[in-house]
Amino acid sequence: MASRSAAKLRTDRLVGLVGRVRELGLLVALGIIVVVVGVQEPRFATPNNARQILLAVSILAVLAVGQTLVVLTRNVDLSIASIVGLVAYTAGYLFQQDIDTPVPVVVLVACLLGLGLGAINGLLVTVGRVPAIVATLGTLYVFRGVDYWVAGGKQIVTRDLPRAYRDIALTRVVGVPVPVIVAGLIAIVVAYALRYTRTGRQLYAIGSNPDAARLAGLRSDLLVFGAFAASGLLAGVAGILWGARFGAVDARAAYGYELQVVAAVVVGGVNIFGGSGTVFGAVLGAIVLGTIANSLTILRLNPFWLQAISGAGILVAVTIDSLITRRLQRALVARRNR
Amino acid sequence: MKRAAVWDVLARWETLLVGLLVATLVWGSVRSEFFFEGSNFTVASSNFMERAIMALPMTLIIIAGEIDLSVGSILGLASAILGITWDAGWPLWLCIAAALLLGAVCGLLNGLLVTRLGLPSLVVTLGTLALYRGLAYVVLGGSGGQKAISDFPAGFADFGFDPIPGTVLPWSTLIFLPLVALFFVLLHRSWIGRQIYATGLNKEAARFSTVRVARLKIALYVASGTLAALAGVIFTARVSSSRADNALGFELDVIAAVLLGGVSIFGGRGTLVGVLLSLAIVATLRNALAITNVGPDIQSFAVGGLLILSVLGPNLARRIPRGGPRHGPGSSGFRPTSEPRTEPQPGD
Repeated sequence: MASRSAAKLRTDRLVGLVGRVRELGLLVALGIIVVVVGVQEPRFATPNNARQILLAVSILAVLAVGQTLVVLTRNVDLSIASIVGLVAYTAGYLFQQDIDTPVPVVVLVACLLGLGLGAINGLLVTVGRVPAIVATLGTLYVFRGVDYWVAGGKQIVTRDLPRAYRDIALTRVVGVPVPVIVAGLIAIVVAYALRYTRTGRQLYAIGSNPDAARLAGLRSDLLVFGAFAASGLLAGVAGILWGARFGAVDARAAYGYELQVVAAVVVGGVNIFGGSGTVFGAVLGAIVLGTIANSLTILRLNPFWLQAISGAGILVAVTIDSLITRRLQRALVARRNR
Repeated sequence: MKRAAVWDVLARWETLLVGLLVATLVWGSVRSEFFFEGSNFTVASSNFMERAIMALPMTLIIIAGEIDLSVGSILGLASAILGITWDAGWPLWLCIAAALLLGAVCGLLNGLLVTRLGLPSLVVTLGTLALYRGLAYVVLGGSGGQKAISDFPAGFADFGFDPIPGTVLPWSTLIFLPLVALFFVLLHRSWIGRQIYATGLNKEAARFSTVRVARLKIALYVASGTLAALAGVIFTARVSSSRADNALGFELDVIAAVLLGGVSIFGGRGTLVGVLLSLAIVATLRNALAITNVGPDIQSFAVGGLLILSVLGPNLARRIPRGGPRHGPGSSGFRPTSEPRTEPQPGD
């Protein structure tokens, strides 16, 4: 009995190792990029540029955290970029109507809007039994269509927005921009919840074996609904950050951004078939992609290389994952047979 | 399996689509007096031809249980290659051949990654979606990737836009109709089609029944890549411009049309007739909105809504009479059964 639990412990450690190898690999990749680009271009490795990178990454990271929640349950949310666009426009629209609207009211409305749109996704998937990829592909169109309908070809410009709203992106606390703090807090809270709360563990359970999770009495539908709602809420937060950061917003804001979010999550080692992955990994994936984007700009390369690199990054990441998993399974089988 | 019942459902689905098509046509004619004019038919069908061509191999791929998100990007990359080779002074037929070959290679890469490495096709083709589109921008270059090559010969542009003399059909129909016949025979009248359904229903069982699943899937991806490139040539002719952002986001329209056509996202179910009907519906709907000055993005709203309703409607309808515990696919994610995390089999 004792030896079996010891063996199990060793197995757990081995499985945990894969995740850590992945995160370690990303850190090494990040280090290499920083060193190589830093040598080429001294402006790269400065605190000011690091701040720029983190500021750019913060929105991506918030969305990646939400996507992680959904992907863990073996679902996917393709509609987030449309939610970001709609929320950013709505926030701007409220200020355009009345520039004296209190900022907290707008933030609250934005969060509720995001939550509501996420809840629609959740209902479609759990009550409507529409496969997540179909449902969120549909709402990607639908939410963006609403955005166009609301905007009607108009644009929010910087002078429509009150100073206090723009300050969300401009203020620094102890040298750190507010969006970075927001993203950091969200990541820490969600990471803690996933690791240490019952609900968090249940999300992993649903993703690694949906049937077993249901048989074990987990309220799968409720949890999946919650994951989508949370993803929508975080997209609402990202929408506020987007509007505050860019100022000018039209109906095309964040168009196609879902691709980068999924890329960050997959590069960060979250299994697209659910059940494994961490918030830390997803955020790290976002930081690596953001750093690559920044390097291209600083080295004055064609920014469109970024898209090709994100694509290649996804392919390399999943290939390495698949190879590691294969090795690991062979090792586990060998151990069991010993 | 109760086969009769399954066929019953399929038959009803296609009946529903016919009804929907008629409703869209009526609605379109009410909205605009120009709707039933021949020239409008030419515009509507040539606008939609590229997506219709890409929907044919997509139908087979989804029935086989996989997906290809990279078709729009392959279209863009093929268009870019066509542009730069023409710019470099190659004869037009050689440019087209280069574009088609490139499409085949792109498809081959997708197929190899999915089968040889056992990677999920959703992730692979999401990766190549970004990769191929990125390469299209890089290949065309120019400031901010906005370069366009548009000095194609007049005959090439006419091919994309003009109707066949004496008819209202665009020239591209001459490419599309034989392809429809080919894919119909492949899927519904040949052993290859049976193998595609078998693979989509149960990959393992198919493999044990001597279906060479890997080879089949690679062939499907190569077909998808080649036809996406062909669509790229037609698109380039129609807009007579080679730009890296040509056909951005087309993959969503293609997949939406295939799913609306009654093809199951989980594989193994669906017919080409359903997909053709749904292509007609989506094309009609977009056209009816377009001629009354509704922009493409609000048209997409309608397509997206239709896509959701097409899956939601039958699901909810099924639940009402039964009232019991819910069955049906997709409580969780895009694979209904628990995908066993087994070792990916090389060559499965």
